[in-house]
Amino acid sequence: MSLLAIILAMLAAGVVAWASERFHANAPRYVSLLAFIVGLVWAAAEWLMGADPRGLYAVQFIEWIPRFGINVTLSMDGLSMMMVALTMFLGIIAVVSSWDEIEERSGFFQFNILWVMAGVVGVFTAMDLFLFFFFWEVMLIPMYFLIAIWGHEARAHAAMKFFLFTQVSGLLMLFAILALVWAHHSASGEITFAYHRLLDAEIDSRIGFWLMLGFFAAFATKLPAVPVHTWLPDAHTQAPTAGSVILAGILLKTGAYGLIRFAVPLFPEASEAFATPAMVLGAASVLYGGLMAYSQSDFKRLVAYSSIAHMGFILLGVYAFNEWGMQGAIVTMIAHGFSTAALFMMAGALQHRLHTREMSKMGGLWVRAPRMGVMTLFFVVASVGMPGLGNFIGEFLALLGAFQKNVPLTVAAAVGIVVAAVYGLSLMQRSFQGEPNPDVATMRDFGGREMSVMVLMMIGLIWVGVYPQPVLDMAAPFIDAMLAPMATLPDIPLAEATITEAGLHR
Amino acid sequence: MMALLAHPLAPYASLAVFIVAMLVAVGALRDRNVAFGFTLAALGFLLVVNVPAVLGGAPEPSPEMMAGLMRVDGYAIFFMALFAGAGIVTTLMSGPYVARLSPWPDEYYILLTTAVLGAVVTAAASHFVSFLLGIEVLSISLYAMIAYPREGRKPLEAAAKYLVLSGAASSTMLFGMAVIYMASGSLAFEPMAGLGAKDATIADIGVAMLLVGILFKLSLAPFHMWTPDVYQGAPAPVTAFLATVSKGAVFAAFLRYAADANILASDAIAFGLGAVAVLSMVAGNVLALLQESVKRILAYSSIAHIGYLLIALIAAAGVGGNAALGVETTLVYLTGYFVMTLAAFGVMTALSSEGQEADDLTAYEGLFWRRPVLAAVLTAAALSLAGIPLTVGFIAKFYVFAAGAEGTLWVLVWALVIGSAIGIYYYLRIIFTMIRKPGEEPVDEGIEEPAPPAGGPDATIPRLTATVTAILGIAILALGIYPTPIISFVTSLTGP
Repeated sequence: MSLLAIILAMLAAGVVAWASERFHANAPRYVSLLAFIVGLVWAAAEWLMGADPRGLYAVQFIEWIPRFGINVTLSMDGLSMMMVALTMFLGIIAVVSSWDEIEERSGFFQFNILWVMAGVVGVFTAMDLFLFFFFWEVMLIPMYFLIAIWGHEARAHAAMKFFLFTQVSGLLMLFAILALVWAHHSASGEITFAYHRLLDAEIDSRIGFWLMLGFFAAFATKLPAVPVHTWLPDAHTQAPTAGSVILAGILLKTGAYGLIRFAVPLFPEASEAFATPAMVLGAASVLYGGLMAYSQSDFKRLVAYSSIAHMGFILLGVYAFNEWGMQGAIVTMIAHGFSTAALFMMAGALQHRLHTREMSKMGGLWVRAPRMGVMTLFFVVASVGMPGLGNFIGEFLALLGAFQKNVPLTVAAAVGIVVAAVYGLSLMQRSFQGEPNPDVATMRDFGGREMSVMVLMMIGLIWVGVYPQPVLDMAAPFIDAMLAPMATLPDIPLAEATITEAGLHR
Repeated sequence: MMALLAHPLAPYASLAVFIVAMLVAVGALRDRNVAFGFTLAALGFLLVVNVPAVLGGAPEPSPEMMAGLMRVDGYAIFFMALFAGAGIVTTLMSGPYVARLSPWPDEYYILLTTAVLGAVVTAAASHFVSFLLGIEVLSISLYAMIAYPREGRKPLEAAAKYLVLSGAASSTMLFGMAVIYMASGSLAFEPMAGLGAKDATIADIGVAMLLVGILFKLSLAPFHMWTPDVYQGAPAPVTAFLATVSKGAVFAAFLRYAADANILASDAIAFGLGAVAVLSMVAGNVLALLQESVKRILAYSSIAHIGYLLIALIAAAGVGGNAALGVETTLVYLTGYFVMTLAAFGVMTALSSEGQEADDLTAYEGLFWRRPVLAAVLTAAALSLAGIPLTVGFIAKFYVFAAGAEGTLWVLVWALVIGSAIGIYYYLRIIFTMIRKPGEEPVDEGIEEPAPPAGGPDATIPRLTATVTAILGIAILALGIYPTPIISFVTSLTGP
């Protein structure tokens, strides 16, 4: 099946899910679940069939708006493949986690989930800048609806803030895309939005720096990095569980993906010049996100702030400009997708049972619901970076990469790991341990449905944590190609030794 | 017969013939559908028979053909098709609406057809005489259309306001033409080359006065004060017509004049127009934030939109600009703007009931759950006006971006970015109001406690209006996802 067919199928499934609402309340959920399972199976099949000599698993080209050299160019290399598979997987999680949470208008709800995810798949596979921007915005509107219709008490404010931040930063990116295209046009006489053509565009370095900033603004907002992160705690906290799972699990990753795929390769020199400020923002996000997470009393908000901290590692890793940093960023994207999705699902489950997210109204829940307790403990420990689980590999590699580039910032970010342990354990302590809260006499524990997705995510994290080589191998061709023009690292011998230790050798 | 139809003037003549025939027919046949049918026939004839005939007939009508008054080229033909289409949509929307106002709404349709005639003449004008003639035919029809609900106070007030201010603008424009004539000795749209320093200054003054009139009709800041009041007072379908056909016609003539007479060669004029564009983009969007009435929001939004469009004009007519791309941008943009504006007003018309315009934001509360189709169309229109991808508004805005980038008008492009960023808020506010269930917390302190929706949740929605509106909603998405047909049509008329 072609890539476009998959995206269109997801859009169509959304319409079908909406229409099926009238037959049975559960019908939309099954349609949506089926769509994501088919998507995951398709991704697995493409993976098993292997890549073509160019390293691509699927390619598609259709003429779209010839007037401006805009085409539907979709392709899936190893990096895209992993992100698409993660999208489909988290789609399943999102549907399952909201199975009995959303009673009202579940058809339109599933419609929005499918459309967001279709946009995300487009973002991860688009190789035409116009098409990329198109999908970038497509995923925005359904997400706005998810927050604005099914969100919690302050949803209006949160939805508006989310939309405005993303849209305004997106406009800056659109501006940069067009300026890039026109700079290329005036230099070569060719109007094209094709990614691979623009990679070779000769851009005046002073203009290139500003254009890079336009891209960076959009991606850093989506990531999010301090100081443009303020939409995230609100949006995450107010979104319904499935919305939070999608937001944290996959939408944030589109920002990281954008940095790796577009901002850095399109403007290598400008990005290199901007590396230190970007790494400062990364380290600041790690520390600030961690401190803010610790000071929260709202379960969901705490997890939201912890996402900001984790995304800081991605920023550090990407702007280290070496293989370890990039690989670390990519592994973090995947591991964080699992761990945060699970924690948001937990937050949603708690809210569904207790009608509160305040940790002061929890406490000692382990006694009432031991399975939930075990799961929370596992994912909290994963999230704080316990060796043997995915997040550790990602953060370790990111720090390893950053260490080659900037020691003080790496040290600062490493302190963030300590902070992570503090807020992680405090979350565990305040909600599941301690004196049982007398107000919570009984609480339904996780059933088979919830446990099965939790176990799936556990397996994913352990796999990435114990044997990350497949992930590293899949991302390697793109990273090598990207870093090739800037392969000017002075300390190769030391670096090689480090790689071997980290098990990175191929 | 075909040869006759292929004559460049045939469309104008046929429209005039239809109007006269309609005048006779409504006298002879007392049936409320006669005028309605005649209007659809006249505009449909224009769209289906005349436009293809002229396109297929004489490809390059000589400018001399109409004594230099009109130039019926691809550009004029495009606007003819666009205005005929918009006129048909307005007619269909008006049907159920005006039927409630009067048992014999004949004159309304006659005025509507006459206004379209004025608009197509204006768009083909290549001389001040035809320009003024077209604009006045259009405006005078509009005064009466705005005041058509005679019982209401607001429509009368709006019509009076528009009459007085528009009349003042027309006379300023006329004075400007006289001054230009004094300097250059010609009333045709042509460059005023070879003027002495003194004459050039006089010509600039004349152009400036002319521009004041044009900018007023286009409701660009700082000549925009009348817009919200007139939009709000006029009946919804008439507002739709005013926002689209009237502004489109004036803009078409303005672009032709600006390019032919090369008025942007004068630095002062170029700077002034740039300033007007920036001011309109910013003022329109900022003032729209403060509104509680959907009509006023759309009024300010239209100020901003014509401001965006001015970028295309400056790119097309400016020194060193890419004229072809600028013209193409204008045509694509106006098409998109027409579709989304008509869709938004179509929803408003559908929701308006007798004596009660669905104007206040509270009337849209919970519309998503009461009238999902209408709400979806209004959502599409609002997102399109905000320039979000998947909608034709994005393609239009993309074109303006492209024209601005090509012409290196970076200040204007930045104003466009900032204006669009501000604009998102109020468009989203409309959408949020529609998904909010009545009685929920307001989106901000701006909206007070919800009033019962206009006409009540069970008010009957005219089927015709709803259908037209739904088609426009589909068009917004279809053209937004696959704009190549409209782009090829435009480039086939204007050259790539």
